[in-house]
Amino acid sequence: MVLVLALGDLHVPHRAADLPPKFKSMLVPGKIQHIICTGNLCIKEIHDYLKTICPDLHIVRGEFDEDARYPDTKTLTIGQFKLGLCHGHQVIPWGDLDSLAMLQRQLDVDILVTGHTHQFTAYKHEGGVVINPGSATGAYSSINQDVNPSFVLMDIDGLRVVVYVYELIDGEVKVDKIDFKKASTSTSAP
Amino acid sequence: MIADDDEKWLAAATAAVKQNAFYMQRAIDSNNLKDALKFSAQMLGELRTSKLSPHKYYELYIRASDELRSLEMFFRDETARGCSIAELYELVQHAGNILPRLYLLCTIGSVYIKSKDVAAKDILKDLVEMCRAVQHPLRGLFLRSYLAQVTRDKLPSIGSELEGDTETHMDALEFVLQNFTEMNKLWVRMQHQGPTREKEKREKERNELRDLVMTVGKNLHILGQLEGVDLVVYRDTVLPRILEQVVNCKDELAQCYLMDCIIQVFPDDFHLQTLDVLLGACPQLQPSVDIKTVLSGLMERLSNYAASSVEALPNFLQVDAFSKLNHAIGKVVEAQVDLPASSSVTLYLFLLKFTLHVHSDRLDYVDQVLGSCVSQLSATGKLCDDKASKQIVAFLSAPLEKFNDVVTILKLTNYPRVMEYLDHDTNKAMAIIIIQSILKNDTRIATADEVDALFELIKGLIKDFDGLTDNDEIDEEDFQEEQNSVARLVHFLYNDDPEEMPKIIFRIRKHILTGGPKRLPLTIPPLVFSALKLIRRMRGGDENPFGDDTSTPQKILQLLTETVEVLADASASELALRLYLQCAQAANDCELETVAYEFFTKAYLLYEEEISDSKAQVTALRLIIGTLQRMRVFNVENRDILTHKATGYSAKLLKKPDQCRAVYECAHLYWAEEGENLKDGERVVLCLKRAQKIADAVQKMANASRGASSTGSVSLYVELLNKYLYFLEKGNPQVTGETIQSLAELIRSETKKAESGAGTFITSTLRYMEFQRQQEDGGMSEKYQKIKMEWFE
Repeated sequence: MVLVLALGDLHVPHRAADLPPKFKSMLVPGKIQHIICTGNLCIKEIHDYLKTICPDLHIVRGEFDEDARYPDTKTLTIGQFKLGLCHGHQVIPWGDLDSLAMLQRQLDVDILVTGHTHQFTAYKHEGGVVINPGSATGAYSSINQDVNPSFVLMDIDGLRVVVYVYELIDGEVKVDKIDFKKASTSTSAP
Repeated sequence: MIADDDEKWLAAATAAVKQNAFYMQRAIDSNNLKDALKFSAQMLGELRTSKLSPHKYYELYIRASDELRSLEMFFRDETARGCSIAELYELVQHAGNILPRLYLLCTIGSVYIKSKDVAAKDILKDLVEMCRAVQHPLRGLFLRSYLAQVTRDKLPSIGSELEGDTETHMDALEFVLQNFTEMNKLWVRMQHQGPTREKEKREKERNELRDLVMTVGKNLHILGQLEGVDLVVYRDTVLPRILEQVVNCKDELAQCYLMDCIIQVFPDDFHLQTLDVLLGACPQLQPSVDIKTVLSGLMERLSNYAASSVEALPNFLQVDAFSKLNHAIGKVVEAQVDLPASSSVTLYLFLLKFTLHVHSDRLDYVDQVLGSCVSQLSATGKLCDDKASKQIVAFLSAPLEKFNDVVTILKLTNYPRVMEYLDHDTNKAMAIIIIQSILKNDTRIATADEVDALFELIKGLIKDFDGLTDNDEIDEEDFQEEQNSVARLVHFLYNDDPEEMPKIIFRIRKHILTGGPKRLPLTIPPLVFSALKLIRRMRGGDENPFGDDTSTPQKILQLLTETVEVLADASASELALRLYLQCAQAANDCELETVAYEFFTKAYLLYEEEISDSKAQVTALRLIIGTLQRMRVFNVENRDILTHKATGYSAKLLKKPDQCRAVYECAHLYWAEEGENLKDGERVVLCLKRAQKIADAVQKMANASRGASSTGSVSLYVELLNKYLYFLEKGNPQVTGETIQSLAELIRSETKKAESGAGTFITSTLRYMEFQRQQEDGGMSEKYQKIKMEWFE
């Protein structure tokens, strides 16, 4: 059982002052094995904060990130899964599932994690699974009119990944979960 | 030399005491009263010495008085056996020298009191008067100390069995007061005696005497424990007598110590009710007395008293404690001209804490204290003193911590005036503390006027200090953190009211724009997004026919144009471009075509003139395309112009692969999902074909220079293939099976040429195509059937 935290689009301090206190109290150091971040932190203080939650931190570049050294895309293997990470402002049209599927094919990954729309999504298509953890601070978005703070926790266990999404709605944290299974250990899609 | 002698004499005297004590004990054990008295007198004779320093004498005294305990018990046993106390009382007076005689008298006297044969008052009176016979300060002091000690448990104190009536209480009181008075006088005399003593010796002794003042203070402790000392007695008898002694002794050390004793020993309620008297004594003390400590101690006790018992609070108001203390401090500060700034601030700090504890609802009191401090500071001028700065920060933090609400702080008119007295760095540090209070407590600053007041407090962070640019001195990281704090703050300056919020936005802008080019890139973005959020809310609400000019989305967008412009001037072009695009989208959502067009124009201008780095151009262009693709508000003409320009930029990017990608992304500009007349199949294909030409050029270059990675450009073809598939699926009639086939074949042949294999991208694409062909839902597979595909690998 490997826990992977996926979050992004915090936009601190441009669009939000900080993560919601209810989220901060949940993100306790030592419980999570990997963090994958879709970008737009935007400042070093947030990078440092994330590092305290888990030292294995993977970040890709959002268009407002202060640090220009983050890569545009990143791939990594966790257990039986290949994961791909990209902020998403590079994929046009923004939020378009088919264009994202193209990126997934290009990166050749089972799970593609992107952001930019500030809207949680998790869906399965021919090439695999696309997950968008939304905005962890509920930051303003020109794309999405109604943003709630959200983040995703993936529990990777063998060929199975359970995706937990945490959303802050009207001051309460609501949890939902979705199951995905891979057909085999090969890198091709199920 | 002196030390050695001292040690020697003490050793000798101690030995003598021990020896006599031994014989005395032997006599006691054999019930030999006569001998017991003889040896005890001899033992006590050692205390007649003048040779010892105060500390050493104290040691000797402890020894001797310890031994006297068994004598006291012996006397008690004797009287139990039938010996007459009166007789004993007589007997001890036969001792040769006064000092031993008096020690013995005290010992037997205490037994006498316990027996209750004679009125305690008579004995006590007797003893306290007889001790007058010893006028030598050191010896007299310890004798009386012994008297106090040995009678202590025979006085009617709270909780003892000897309760008695009012008269008994008064007698006991009188006894202790008198003993105290005499001891104080003796102690003071010790301070000033002996011009014959060598200077060094004297200095050393003065230090030792410091400790001995505690013996005097002990009497006050005893007083504090006495039964019957109620408020009236305290106010009418005890306090005046004590204060008289304190003032008249004119000794700085004694005064300081005893004032503190009074404050610590007697109940807080007493102090409250006698505040006038107590404070009135302060100016009468020696100028060198550290009044600050005395008053601080008093205020601290009263603060804690108020904090711990709510019922007492009305009393504070009733006696008008606040004004009395405020006045007293004012007088002290006035009188002590040389008082350093840090000390006077400390005094005001304690008064402030007192006020916050006792009168937390009286902001006017709090403001008064702040004002008094300001007056005091203005007299001394601006401080560079570290210590004083620290105290001022503590002073300013106290109300912050008490109220946890910066909005309350903003009401204190003197608060900003106090801040003026901090040096620049400390001022900024204080501003950060204020901001952190807002962040931590989730404080909402909800009116434009409050925004103004707040920015007045934190102005050290907002702009350069009076013309000095201290940019060189400050650490880059610290500066960023500072400004990021200000940025975070912006999100707490908020009001739901659609009339007030625009005012707030305008005010924030006014203040932020004074920040200069280093600050603007950090502080303008949060302002912009706060305004965009407002615009969205405005759209959601009803049109307000009575609203003034500022409350329309258009006006706000106009403000944003002017604001982002400033960023562009401050050479933060990439940021400015992104913000223009954000504003364009907001304008789009408000159906303001001209405004949206204007924002695009500005963004394009920045792109052309300011963005020169190739990587930056690629990203900027991608953002432009992505934004433009979502715009619905433009008419055909405007859209065409903007699209044409974007495509033009794409073709002119520095690197050919980048060009190719940007151009094929532009294809999306001709195709929008939401019906309308935004599906131009031909132009889409034109774009893709144009992109392919560029890819061809890349391929040619790669093939020409053998070593170069040709899989790179094959990737471009695969990307294009995927794009064709995208539009095929969307139903673009211009995307034919043939187009896709020929592209697929091209990929195949190029891949064969390359050394490495096909690459995973083509594999997954082919797999996807096959998958779509197999789809049961007829529509998709039909489209895919159009493509004749030969599989390779």
